[in-house]
This record gives sequence, C-alpha cells and structure tokens, in this order.
Amino acid sequence: MSAARYIVGIDLGTTNTAVAYVDTQEETPRIQPFPILQIVAPGSAEPRPSLPSCLYLSSGVEFPPDALRLPWHEHGPLIVGGEFARTHGAQATTRLVSSAKSWLCHSGVDREAEILPWQAPDDVGKISPVEASSSYLDHILGAWNHAFPHAPLAEQDVLLTVPASFDAVARELTVRAATQAGLPHVTLLEEPQAAFYSWLGSHQTRADDWRRELAVGDVVLVCDVGGGTTDFSLIAVSEADGNLSLERVAVGDHILLGGDNMDLALAHAVRARLDAQLDNWQFASLVHSCRAAKEQLLDPANPAESAPVVVLGRGSKVIGGSIKTEVKRADVELLVDGFFPAVELGAKPKRDRRVGLRELGLPFAADPAVTRHLSAFVGAHRKATAVLFNGGVMKGRPLRQRIVEMLDSWSDSPEDDLKVLTGTDLDLAVAHGAAYYGLVRRGKGVRIRGGTARAYYIGIESSMPAVPGLSPPLKALCVAPFGMEEGTEAELESRELGLVVGEPAEFRFLSSTTRRDDRVGTLIEQVDESLTELAPVSTVMGDEKAADAGHLIPVDLRSRVTEIGTLELYCVEKNGPRKWKLEYNVRESAGE
Amino acid sequence: MRFLIALRCFFLILFYKRLPEEAVQFLPEGKKPAPLPPRSAELVEAELAPGKSAAEQKPVEQKPVEKPAAPASAPASPVSKDDGTRGAVQLLAVLQREGRLLDFLQEEIDGYSDAQIGAAVRDIHRGCKKALAEHAPLEPVMRAPENSQVRVDAGFDPSRIRLTGNIVGEPPFTGTLKHHGWCTARIVLPLSSAATDPTVVAPAEVELS
Repeated sequence: MSAARYIVGIDLGTTNTAVAYVDTQEETPRIQPFPILQIVAPGSAEPRPSLPSCLYLSSGVEFPPDALRLPWHEHGPLIVGGEFARTHGAQATTRLVSSAKSWLCHSGVDREAEILPWQAPDDVGKISPVEASSSYLDHILGAWNHAFPHAPLAEQDVLLTVPASFDAVARELTVRAATQAGLPHVTLLEEPQAAFYSWLGSHQTRADDWRRELAVGDVVLVCDVGGGTTDFSLIAVSEADGNLSLERVAVGDHILLGGDNMDLALAHAVRARLDAQLDNWQFASLVHSCRAAKEQLLDPANPAESAPVVVLGRGSKVIGGSIKTEVKRADVELLVDGFFPAVELGAKPKRDRRVGLRELGLPFAADPAVTRHLSAFVGAHRKATAVLFNGGVMKGRPLRQRIVEMLDSWSDSPEDDLKVLTGTDLDLAVAHGAAYYGLVRRGKGVRIRGGTARAYYIGIESSMPAVPGLSPPLKALCVAPFGMEEGTEAELESRELGLVVGEPAEFRFLSSTTRRDDRVGTLIEQVDESLTELAPVSTVMGDEKAADAGHLIPVDLRSRVTEIGTLELYCVEKNGPRKWKLEYNVRESAGE
Repeated sequence: MRFLIALRCFFLILFYKRLPEEAVQFLPEGKKPAPLPPRSAELVEAELAPGKSAAEQKPVEQKPVEKPAAPASAPASPVSKDDGTRGAVQLLAVLQREGRLLDFLQEEIDGYSDAQIGAAVRDIHRGCKKALAEHAPLEPVMRAPENSQVRVDAGFDPSRIRLTGNIVGEPPFTGTLKHHGWCTARIVLPLSSAATDPTVVAPAEVELS
C-alpha cells in the first residue's frame, strides 16, 4: 500500500465537482472538504465548496488577456471551468460545455472526438467529452498543488467516483481523462457506494455503531438523485466469519434525469403564464428563483399557498424592469406527482418512442418518473429494507417521503418499517465517502464487496450463408461474470477463436446488468434485450514483420478486473507466450 | 517623510509580513532586489500563504487594523494602479454581481409602488445578504439586546462605543443600548488579477445575435 500522506476523494459530478481529503499524518485523521479556488468573474477568483462541472470555451476576445488566469496558470487559458463558466455560459450557450460526464457514457458518439459543445457553430474550438472531464481534473490538480505545493496531487492516494451505472468503457475513459490531466494513478469507486461509505464513516465515531442500525438480511437502497442523473444501488448486509459484511448486489441503469429537469419543468410552467418575453439571462434567473421557491414550498413547515418569484430587470433598471410572478403550491404538487408519482411495484418506465431518425443528442430519460425507474430496478433485483438518500434533490422532504412510502408499499413484510439511514451531507457525501474509502483501503473500517456491476460478453457473429437484408445473428460469449472482484482474473479456453498475426482484429463487446448467473464461457445463442452493446474492442496481433505474420493462431481470452476498478481483456496465445491487450475502440461508435 | 515610511514599515511588517516599496531605498547595497520585469498581469496573491491547508486557504484576507497605516490591498506589480481602491471596488462588484445592489441604489424609485419595490428588494436582499456573509461577515460590537441596560466601563474604546444623551461625570456609565453597532470579523476579497480595469464595478453587456 502506498504511503501517500493525503487521501483525496474527488466526486466528478455531472453538475458539480467536489473534493474531500484526509491528512493521514494527523493523530485522528478526519475528512475535510477542500474548497476549490475558481474564477467567479473575469479577474476574480474565490474558493467555493464545489466546482460547477461546466466549461466555457472563450474565443479569446471577450475577456481581457489573463482575466481567466488562476494562480497556477502560466498564461491566461482559453477554457475556464466552474462558477463563472456556469453563470456566463448560460448567456452564451454555444460556448458552454455541461454534463460532459453524461456524454462520457454515451456509446452513440465518438467520445474522443471534438464534439462539445454539442451542435456549436464551427468556429467554436470544440473539445471531446474525455478532454472536458480531464479539464475539471486538471483544475482540481492545479488548485490542490497550489494549496499543497509540497504534496503534489499526483503523488497522493486519489479516489475518483463514477456512477455505478458506468460500464467498462466509460470507466476506462474516466481513467484516460485522469491520465491526461496528469493523474496516472487513480482508483475508481462507485458513487452510491461512496455515499454509503460516508454514512459508515459518520457512524464510526463510537466503535462500529452502524451495526446497531443494520442487521443480517438488510438490503439498503442507495437512492442518489443529483442535478442531472439518477443512480440506484443495492447493498446487502450478510454474515461472514461471524462478522457483518457488506456487498453491493445490484446497480441500476444510467438514467439521465435529475433535479435540473424538475427546475426546468417548473420554470417552463411559470413562464407560460407570463406575458413578457424572457431572454436567456432572464430565463436562467427564473430557473434559479423557481428552484428557491420550490424548496420553500417543499418545506413541510411552510403553509403558504404560493411563493413569490421575481425576475429582476435585465438592464440597470432593476426594479422597473422586474417581472413578478409566483410559484403556486399546486405547481409544486404537480411537479412531485410528475417526477415522483405513486406507482405499483413492477411499473416500468415508458420507453422511448423510436422514430426513424433520432437526433443524436444525449439519451435523456423518456420517462421523467423517478419512482417508475425505481420500481423497475427494485422489481428486477431485490426489495430494500433500508434506504440511504443522496443528491441535492433528496433534500426535499416530501420527495423522500414519497420514496419511503413506495418502498414500504412494495415490501414483503409491511409490518417492518423501512429504515431510513441519515447523517450524511447530501451534496458532499460522495467526495467525503471516497476519502473515507481511502482510509478503509488502508485497513481502517469495513469494506463493501462488489466487483463488476455487469457481466461482459464478446460478440461472435454466427457463420451462416449471407441473406440479403438480414444481419447474421449475434451470439455472445461471457468473458467476465457479474460480481467479478477487483484484482482477479478469469481465463476462457476457447475452441473457436483464432487470430491472424499482423492483422487488426475487432470484436463486438456487450454487457448486461441483469444476467447475474452467467459464468465465464457461457454462450448466449440469441442476443436479446438483456444485453447492451458497448464500443467494440480491438487489437493488432503483433506486427506484419513477425515471423508468423499471416498465420492463424488459436487464442484464449483472459479478462482481468484491475485494482483500480477497470476491466482489461487480453487474447492469449494458446501454445506460446504472447498476449495482446484488447483496447476499447470508442472511435468507432457502437449502436450504429 | 522618513517618519511616515518608518511607520508604514512597522505596521506592514506587523500585519502583512512585508516592507513597503518605498523602503527599498533604505536597504543596504547588495540587498536591493532586482527590479521586476514588467508583466501585463500579475495575480495578486501575496496573502495566499502556500503550504497552508486548504481549509485555511482564503482569498486575500484583510484583518481590520486599528490605524490606517497600511494600504488596504496586497502589494501590486509595478504596472498595477493599485492605490488601495481595488479592494473597495471589488466589494462593490461582489454586491452588484450577487445582489444587483448598485443598480438598485442608482435607480430612481419614486415612480414605483411599494409592492413593486418590495418584490424586487426581496431578491436583492437575498443576494446581498449572502454576498456580505461570505465577503464581509458582520458581528455586533455589543452583544446585549437593544434597548437593554448596559454598562460602559472605564477605559472603553470610544471608536467602538459612542455615547449620546446626558454625558456627565466619569465612567463607568450605565445607559440604554440604542444600536448594537457592527464590526467586520474579516474582509474576504476575491483574488484579483491586475488584468482587469480596476475602476470597473460591472462591465457593460452586449449580446450578439
């Protein structure tokens, strides 16, 4: 184990990035937040508790030279991230990059191509989703090294959180982004697990008192609804060698749905009642005011029937130009029922209407009902006996109540009350928990077992006579089962795989979150909806000058889940020492 | 003149751990620093102590000083026009950015109804209050509730307590606390770059179509 002084947890969120750290040389190491110095206005920098995950790509003329320069920059950069990028970008949207993380796991696009801001005019110097993620990490690195010049971040234990729903390719790309930012050694941790670690950490003060709240047989639902994404995980409490042990038993799909959708929906409803036209600045300000009004009305202590909303005048006439309206209680109730409706267990989210030509933007959830996504998740896995909330949206008590009611109504034993785990900071728990996990890795505290959240497959096209208009049926061969643990390998002896030395080889690559019983070598004859196709994997087997170039050699497949949480695949020569790593080929987008 | 520089040296070393620029001429030969190459922009970050833990990391932080000896702001590069006004402009800029305070004060409000003003002020108040709490958190000078009886001891600081009414005799005095007063716990200004025009509180905004 490395002996780095600091353990640093980075929550690279879809809408906000937060950092927490531990100084292991302190007598009783405690987890502290790391305020991130960032540009708040041209020429002005301040530390803030989190860094909005937004980038503004400047054209170079709109600010004084060096006005975007932070103390660690040698020159004023053209790309600025954080608070100013968020507020200014809302008024110059063609140069704003947001939700880069959601693009990172969107297999429909080339994630290393300069495509962001999506659909921006050509003269905006675009960047790739990987570069965007790298850019936030680069900011964190600069801010850290500036605050701790004698303990560079690259030499510390860095834990980076990813959504549990991130597949092997998105995880690999996250590591690639970290490497590009100058952080070659990061460890990945799933966000819901991090939130749970934060809860464990907050119950660690009096020796292990989390064991008093959870018992063998409990299944904890981590319900994480953030600004842009919703992420579910189940963590089961079991017994091993007389001790309670924790295992992450299921993760949900990546759902692009969150609090921002709610605020936008509310703002659109309020705008529809206004006579006045709003420009982008005014609409952004309306969204902001609607969020504040929503929070007021969601507060059970507030009996008011409406909350005032004011959009201040755009020009210097702040009162004369102001537009006054209100958010009604009915609006908020409609919002709660739209996003958190009461549903039966087994309700499934409405599917996308597949139209011939779909716009290739982000695959936002077609169904805004968080509870329907939850019902599908719980229905496909196990019922929860406890719940831990995370994400800013879950601050609203009626929303938490609705989830608790749903879980209670779906429960097999309605007489047992659902346990609601509390004590974490809904905004900062993930970064906090990541830092705590760093301590756990050094042997202080209980670890959640988990392994891969999906099973992975190599696609094999069946050999059959070509029929015009029909693509040959695809078989899938399992190369890494569900729950394969970090640091383990699996070898698949194959009878059918042979590769030509010196020629590029490419395989289709698939995954499943629901096929939990497949073993290495399981062959699925007919690929169905339980499998999702990811980016293909490819390699060049040796070079053209190899002695046996052009020969067909038989190979086995080997999969390895690395200590840092990525999946590696190799082709291993059957009767020889050579092996070739299969790389995720995101340049060729899948799904097309 | 030398007296003033000596006084500035005293307070700057005491509070800011540095010498004023004018003191250079009195340094012994050989200790004088080489003149800095002019840079177009110098991030003012003298108070941002490297090596401190992040929790302590604050932007240029100014402790209130008893005597107006030290300039209000951190040392500037040779090209910066910093004469101490930058900090004041920054504070105005923050109040304008977060709460539109200057727009509000500059607007003729006679023609508006109380309801119109009230609605807008709610928003302005929220923004300014947050900005003030972050950049210039305030504390009462005296913590007793207003309109309660308080004692003013001998040797009180008349800059912190102002006596009104029938002032006769010697302290200790007893009286009614009419206003608890305000003092700044600290002033936390953003790190500022000399790249921007220090006289601009809020830039003009032009939207391109």
